[in-house]
Amino acid sequence: MTGPSAGGKVSLLGFCEWLAETPWSIALHESLYVYPVVETIHVLSLLLFVGSVIVVDLRLLGWTLREVPVSEVTTRILPWTFAGFVIAVVTGLLLFYAIPIRTYLSIFFRIKVLALIGSGINVLLLHRYMNRTRSAWDVGARPPLRARVAGAISLVSWAVVIAMGRMIAYNWFDCDRQPQSDFVNWAAGCVLE
Amino acid sequence: MTAFEIFDRLEQTAIGEAIRNSSWLFPVVEALHLVGLALLGGAVLLVDLRLLGFGLTTRSPAYLVGQARPWLWSALALMFATGIPLFLSEALKCYGSPPFALKMGALALALVYTFGVRNRLVGRLSPAAHWRARALGGISLLLWFTVAASGRWVGFY
Repeated sequence: MTGPSAGGKVSLLGFCEWLAETPWSIALHESLYVYPVVETIHVLSLLLFVGSVIVVDLRLLGWTLREVPVSEVTTRILPWTFAGFVIAVVTGLLLFYAIPIRTYLSIFFRIKVLALIGSGINVLLLHRYMNRTRSAWDVGARPPLRARVAGAISLVSWAVVIAMGRMIAYNWFDCDRQPQSDFVNWAAGCVLE
Repeated sequence: MTAFEIFDRLEQTAIGEAIRNSSWLFPVVEALHLVGLALLGGAVLLVDLRLLGFGLTTRSPAYLVGQARPWLWSALALMFATGIPLFLSEALKCYGSPPFALKMGALALALVYTFGVRNRLVGRLSPAAHWRARALGGISLLLWFTVAASGRWVGFY
């Protein structure tokens, strides 16, 4: 077995090729029940993870729990968001580990990762904003525009993450299905002979 | 008319036909179905976690049922609006599919239980009735998670 390098140069694709050769990856990929069970847990984690995110987002938008201070919602709901996040990440990494090369070269997976990064940046900026200003609007039924925008961005970006996650299953833009447009081949990182 | 004939008839509706004839319609509707699942998860869990003694324990379960109600209805509307076309596109596959039968059974129970039992009893719980509250929330979670999990397995069969 070679290390995570392709042609002497360390690359993400080389790393994925190395991952795909590891015995546990092959076992997971070929398993009759473990893979579907992991995938089911990944889907179910969405109820807890994104479901609880939506509760917080809707509160930030002033669309639910208007009598409850924002800080009360976040301190009581976000631990559950975190629990759901851990389950989603662990099962998600396992799903990637089972099919590393195709997933890495999937345009939908790449959009999903971008949406995940976008969601993360939105959350970080929101928390910085909340730490600075929340005491002034914590009990208000309708938070200020900045907080409402963050809630709306969160709703949209998580919907994109979910939709793109589902689309990974479809092979329309797979690298082994040529011809594809130059844009698709570039975005999916296809290595063409 | 036998059950098979009904499913066979449903397979031939224009909506099902349109989805089968499109390469992207099924995945797009399915993705929306999953977005609805996340919203449903939020609306159900807000109440059930509280009944189990977690989450917004500072508020009464009855208040949370009221707050979750429009979102639960919105989620169910999205789930049915996407789920029925998905079913119509592969009605014959669903006929004789154990996960589909399980999902429909659990869904019927979950709907009757949520609106007929949980949401009605939630206002009558005495603050001391911890175990009754936990059972009320636990059963709801179990039913809805069964619906979601068996839904995923429709695709594996």
